[in-house]
Amino acid sequence: MQISKTETVEVHGSSEVVSVRHAVRRSAVELGFSLVEQTKIVTAASELARNMVEYGGGGKLTLEALERDGRRGLRLIFEDHGPGIKDIDAAMRDGFTTGGGMGLGLGGAKRLSNEFEIRSAPGEGTRVAITRWNGTS
Amino acid sequence: MERIPILKMGRFLLVSIQVDMDDRTALTLQDDLTSQIVKHHAAGVLIDISALDVVDSFIGRMLANTAAMARILDAHTVVVGMQPSVAITLVELGLSLKGVRSALNIERGMELLQSIAREAMPELEPTDADLED
Repeated sequence: MQISKTETVEVHGSSEVVSVRHAVRRSAVELGFSLVEQTKIVTAASELARNMVEYGGGGKLTLEALERDGRRGLRLIFEDHGPGIKDIDAAMRDGFTTGGGMGLGLGGAKRLSNEFEIRSAPGEGTRVAITRWNGTS
Repeated sequence: MERIPILKMGRFLLVSIQVDMDDRTALTLQDDLTSQIVKHHAAGVLIDISALDVVDSFIGRMLANTAAMARILDAHTVVVGMQPSVAITLVELGLSLKGVRSALNIERGMELLQSIAREAMPELEPTDADLED
């Protein structure tokens, strides 16, 4: 797999969640994603960026343009140095929230992606990586 | 901060969201709508989201909350113009927008609001008896 292009966006407030949506949309368009694919990955990114602001004290998004077996994809890596997640299984469940949200963020972002990976430990922050491949919906 | 304008049209309030709202703008719109419903004794609220290419769980919750608050204040809410890609994504995200009525476009949304308002308050409409007088 080749990583052809990377970009980072710092995310510390709700106006930067909007910047994340725009940056992800731009990349998805560049990679030739269909409108539905664009919408899915932008929505997933919006959920994960908001999680970083609300629970992780802000963080950083890295966008990577991928190519594997002639297919193009977009990987988004969200990293924060917040308190981390105690129980990842619980956090993944729809409706589970420790904040004021609806608890759809993590589970929803996973459903909207082709690949999903989460690493977190109390006191060590959280890293969520999602990937969508062109031509998968 | 940006503020979404709210228009009054007869007994209804009309909102067309034309910008990608951040969370604060969305919450301000929710508050503004609630107070305008009371101020104008509005019977209905029409929210046009045809320009939105993303509705995430926050915006979705704002729409659902607005509809719920409007209902308590005796007004009905119709959301119109959702893009198909947004609808597909919302369902996969897990957001059903229960309690939010929707219509394909503004024209149908207005018709829906008018028919709901007529059913809710038939005494405000001219009846056959009134017309005979």
